[in-house]
Amino acid sequence: MSIAEVEVLRELLGERLLGSSSFRGDETVRVAAGDWFAAATLLRDEPRLRMNHFIDLTAVDYPEREERFDLCLFLRSHLTNRRIRLVTSVAEGQSVDSLCPLWSGANWAEREVYDMFGVRFRGHPDLRRILLYEEFEGHPLRKDYPIDRTQPLVPYREVEDIGKLPPFGLEEGQPWSRIQWGERLQGRDRQVSPAIALQTGQRRALTQSDAFPKAGDKAEAGPDAASSGTPSPSPSGGGD
Amino acid sequence: MEAIEAYEEEEGVLELPSEPMRLAMGPSHPAMHGTIRMILDLDGERLLNVDIQPGYLHRGFEKSCERGTWNQVFPYTDRLNYVSPMLNNIGFALAVEKLCEIVVPERGQYYRVVLGELARICDHFTCNGAAAMELGAFTPLLWLLKVREWIWDILERETGARLTHSFGRIGGMAAPPTAEFKESIRSVIPEVRKVLGELETMLVRNRIFIERTQGVGILKQEDALSMGVTGPVLRSTGIDYDVRKATPYLVYDRFDFDVPVGHDGDNYDRFMVRIEEVRQSLRIIEQALEQMPDEGPVSIDNPRITLPPKREVYTTIEATIAHFKLVMEGIKPPVGEVYSYTEGGNGELGFFIRSDGSGTPYRVRVRPPCWYNLQACRGMLIGHLISDVVSTFGSINMIGGECDR
Repeated sequence: MSIAEVEVLRELLGERLLGSSSFRGDETVRVAAGDWFAAATLLRDEPRLRMNHFIDLTAVDYPEREERFDLCLFLRSHLTNRRIRLVTSVAEGQSVDSLCPLWSGANWAEREVYDMFGVRFRGHPDLRRILLYEEFEGHPLRKDYPIDRTQPLVPYREVEDIGKLPPFGLEEGQPWSRIQWGERLQGRDRQVSPAIALQTGQRRALTQSDAFPKAGDKAEAGPDAASSGTPSPSPSGGGD
Repeated sequence: MEAIEAYEEEEGVLELPSEPMRLAMGPSHPAMHGTIRMILDLDGERLLNVDIQPGYLHRGFEKSCERGTWNQVFPYTDRLNYVSPMLNNIGFALAVEKLCEIVVPERGQYYRVVLGELARICDHFTCNGAAAMELGAFTPLLWLLKVREWIWDILERETGARLTHSFGRIGGMAAPPTAEFKESIRSVIPEVRKVLGELETMLVRNRIFIERTQGVGILKQEDALSMGVTGPVLRSTGIDYDVRKATPYLVYDRFDFDVPVGHDGDNYDRFMVRIEEVRQSLRIIEQALEQMPDEGPVSIDNPRITLPPKREVYTTIEATIAHFKLVMEGIKPPVGEVYSYTEGGNGELGFFIRSDGSGTPYRVRVRPPCWYNLQACRGMLIGHLISDVVSTFGSINMIGGECDR
């Protein structure tokens, strides 16, 4: 539909326009990384194009290619309401010119591409990580970054003899069921979640049906329970 | 430092020599909605420079999308702009449908329009209520949240969930409208209009409100375009760019509605643009309910795209196979990449998707409108007082889930 923009670019760039495509109504032109800034300048300043509305800048990773990153710049002209996408390929370690002098919106977009893909932009005023933290290693949107890798700033606590590492110690977390404060205050029960109880041999949290130990369990419940001297209440009364 | 000199000249009085103070605001600040950090350089109470540091809510949306099926992205999109999740659902569905060249049946399109506009009303009301609250007016927030509850009741009846609906599907919606769909919305619309009137009576001519919002956080037109600002923030500067009008999707070209624009691009204009947009959304909903067919499917009938009805899955072998293939392998869009954009609650919500022909997305890039609106916030803040930070920040309506993804 909007072939006109592509034709104008072809006329101006000539051989330097590596290719163009129209897929589902999206016009895409491809240039070499060295022509990235020049092509973007043309798109903004050429009177027949006037792409003055910065829409987005992102990248796609193709790890099997030599120039593995595709930088995609999305532009719109508010005067004509036409859109175009400018694409270039960048190899790892190669840097391209920053578009910040053309559209100030490119600032954060380029920082994000640097953060997520590791593509560097020459002349960017403030190229540092934006979504992730300084200490983060690697660039997570690269295809070779494993999705389940974690880089916590505060290391997980080491707890012995436990299969799964929670971010808190055994006694600190919220029990699985609601705390039964009456029991806890009397020292009759220290409740932990069923999973931890299973692993550590502690007594697990009370549920409705086994809210209180049966008569047979009383002896092994320890001196605490025996010396408190309260008669064992009915299960229905103690549940809540 | 120029700002200091200008300030001293303007005052014309003897100023004590002072060093700029550096103050960290956030990431968890009681007056800011959203977890975000701002490093403020202050001269007294006046801002010399701001460094906005987003990212505290980054959950790896784009990376997570690359390991499921296409339909499994919908729950993630709910959690982008969690104030209007339905608009995100629709935006992503439209992107995949553009790649697959699917056109949803007419009833489904109207259904999407109505649900989406309801979500937009929620979004604008939440933002405006919070904006008023930040200036000390607590009542409007409660009034507007009351309306939001009514709308959420409708959405809950339709989708089963109040907030994270996950109701969009590629090729349609998860379920057809309920029997009382039209009636329940028609009963709420006059009430919403009434609350809007009350809000304007109470707030818009209030002197404190006007003085705190007019002339604060000004954004210029050319800056806005160059910054990539869209949505109500862009329209408040006087640029009439609304995706629903500029490049109509769904059935938006059949409705008669206006695009409200502001004049100065300050906090007051942003507030008023949102109020007016709620009115326009109500108009769209009324027309859509009028035109929406009562019978017919809301999803396309293609066993490679949409799940077959559960009854058939249990009784026929074809549906069983289709169900199995869709759940285990997912939809397989053709190879290619498209950029599809819709008008979200905060502006142009774009999805740039790349398919390699398999059942898993190769790349899903969301263009979050908040991201660029927040970037423009720095220019709005410099030169203003520290007490304007919260209200200006509120008026651009940054939603952490969408901004940080």
